[in-house]
Amino acid sequence: MRTEIIYENHSLYRDSFKIMAYIFGTGKKTVCIVGNMRGNEYQQLYTCSRIVQALKKLEREDRLSDGQEIMVIPSLNPYSMNIEKRFWPIDNTDINRMFPGYSEGETTQRIAGGIFEKIKDYEYGIQFASNYMPGEFMPHVTMMKTGFEDVKSAVEFGMPYVVVRNTRPYDTTTLNYNWQIWETKAYSLYTTTTDRINRESAERGVSSVLHFLESIGCVRYGRRPGYLSRVIDDREMIPVRTEAAGLFEPVVEVEQEVREGDLLARILNPTDAEERSRIYAPGNGILFFRHSGQLTYAHTAVFKLIPV
Amino acid sequence: MVKTIAEVSLPVMEKLKIRKNRLTGGREKEKKRISIVTGVHGDELEGQYVCFEVSRRIQEHPEYLAGIVDIYPAVNPLGIDSITRGIPAFDLDMNRVFPGNRNGSMTEYVAARLMEDLSGSDLCIDIHASNIFLTEIPQVRINELHRDRLVPMAEGLNVDLIWIHGNSTVLESTLAYSLNSTGTPTLVVEMGVGMRITKAYCDQLTDGIFHVMKNMGMWSGPAKEVRKPLIAAGADPVSFLNAPVSGVFLSQAKHGDSLRKGDPVGLIVDPLEGTIRERLKAPADGILFTIREYPVVNEGSLIARILKREADERA
Repeated sequence: MRTEIIYENHSLYRDSFKIMAYIFGTGKKTVCIVGNMRGNEYQQLYTCSRIVQALKKLEREDRLSDGQEIMVIPSLNPYSMNIEKRFWPIDNTDINRMFPGYSEGETTQRIAGGIFEKIKDYEYGIQFASNYMPGEFMPHVTMMKTGFEDVKSAVEFGMPYVVVRNTRPYDTTTLNYNWQIWETKAYSLYTTTTDRINRESAERGVSSVLHFLESIGCVRYGRRPGYLSRVIDDREMIPVRTEAAGLFEPVVEVEQEVREGDLLARILNPTDAEERSRIYAPGNGILFFRHSGQLTYAHTAVFKLIPV
Repeated sequence: MVKTIAEVSLPVMEKLKIRKNRLTGGREKEKKRISIVTGVHGDELEGQYVCFEVSRRIQEHPEYLAGIVDIYPAVNPLGIDSITRGIPAFDLDMNRVFPGNRNGSMTEYVAARLMEDLSGSDLCIDIHASNIFLTEIPQVRINELHRDRLVPMAEGLNVDLIWIHGNSTVLESTLAYSLNSTGTPTLVVEMGVGMRITKAYCDQLTDGIFHVMKNMGMWSGPAKEVRKPLIAAGADPVSFLNAPVSGVFLSQAKHGDSLRKGDPVGLIVDPLEGTIRERLKAPADGILFTIREYPVVNEGSLIARILKREADERA
């Protein structure tokens, strides 16, 4: 293993902005794994750090395949994380809305461009991603329909679900989309949390990545995959929306199986704790997403169910 | 008449309301309608003055009005109230959620209601104010897809520049794109700077709005003659100057300056060392129409935009 600073730029008063990669093996650029791109993605950073640890162990045990290079970039945005800000410190732009980047452009375009130049030639790209809605997810792999998506290979992560969804206009500037356009097979991995570390879920993420690396012949891992993934289109999911705003009091957990009519949450009046509304399961399903905020707005999808 | 076009309850004793003021005059038949929208980005305030001034002038002489003027001064009221560019709590740019969804989340619902309410206007003007980092001369930005319909309308608006830019998939989620692509002509105005009101620019645009209303037969009162705008079009009409190093930017050029390649634009200095880190020079001959306002710059921060002399279609 060796480390390399793959991108650096200089600030007036802060230490320079650096992106560091851990590189395992030499030869064909096979897999690139990236962690936090936003300052609140602690779980994404943590999961990557555990992957680095796991790969170091496999390397010591001589269980990495010859002729293949694996790059892990735990943090693409230390600046935002160090000041507990989600997006870029000065202009609040999102690096994951700047790909493929532009070396002569604005700061975050330059960062995206500088990174992308280093990671665009890998055969496989794995990003630990987060959603704009605060919430907990059932672990899954998301793939955008670009025409280049390879759903079959995504099953090799052994995560419970592979979610396939249509591309929206703003997706076209994400890393995942641009990886695919540059012919890298790209996967967005979601473990349970984002701004709070869930160690058990992170371990499952590590294990999923190692299964995947084994399936493509990068490592000799030797354990059985966790799940036979079910591939679903995100349009199959049932969003469950709030009728009222207020304090959000869920009574179910992500990954729980619920039956039609089961109580999922109560919405309370925040000033007198009177119940404003109850949210019931509209059908039988597995709880795929649960809102994690203390308050909720009205008309907000606070749960998503996978029908069973 | 003030009307609420969207209302959503917030969690703790408050309602989010999107409101408009409808000013009408003349006969009911064949009334034309102009909609003036601002505040999509909560830190852009130039449109606040324009909304006030348009309304004030009409109320001073309601007898001149022959049509409908709908004024939407705050389509992202939570953003305006909290000096937040996007929608607070979601960290979401409101101009990336159009056309919205009536059955969607709060933001999608508000976007959809706004679209419904604006649709059918004979002209919609969406007023922006750059951001807190850059100051812009009054200009209209037009997607090349809608050029033929919009440029003649924009020419009456008394702006200094019309910038016709290439299509971009990302921009398909904007209010203007969504309205233009569904048949409601919409002009995006950019002028001034975020968090401030530049009265001279606002008066200039307000004069333009009355000129356009007069041309549309909606205003029988006096309207000033308008200036002829520069038109930036073609493959590469604009030259960009980005900061090559981080530091504090000190401007040496002014808005509207006609620059020659190599003319000084500004300095990037290091207050700790007391040194000049970079002398910035104009990258092309042309008119300076964007200049950095916020002094602290990172490597890459946009410093200036210049309309290349050969790209001005009016020249």
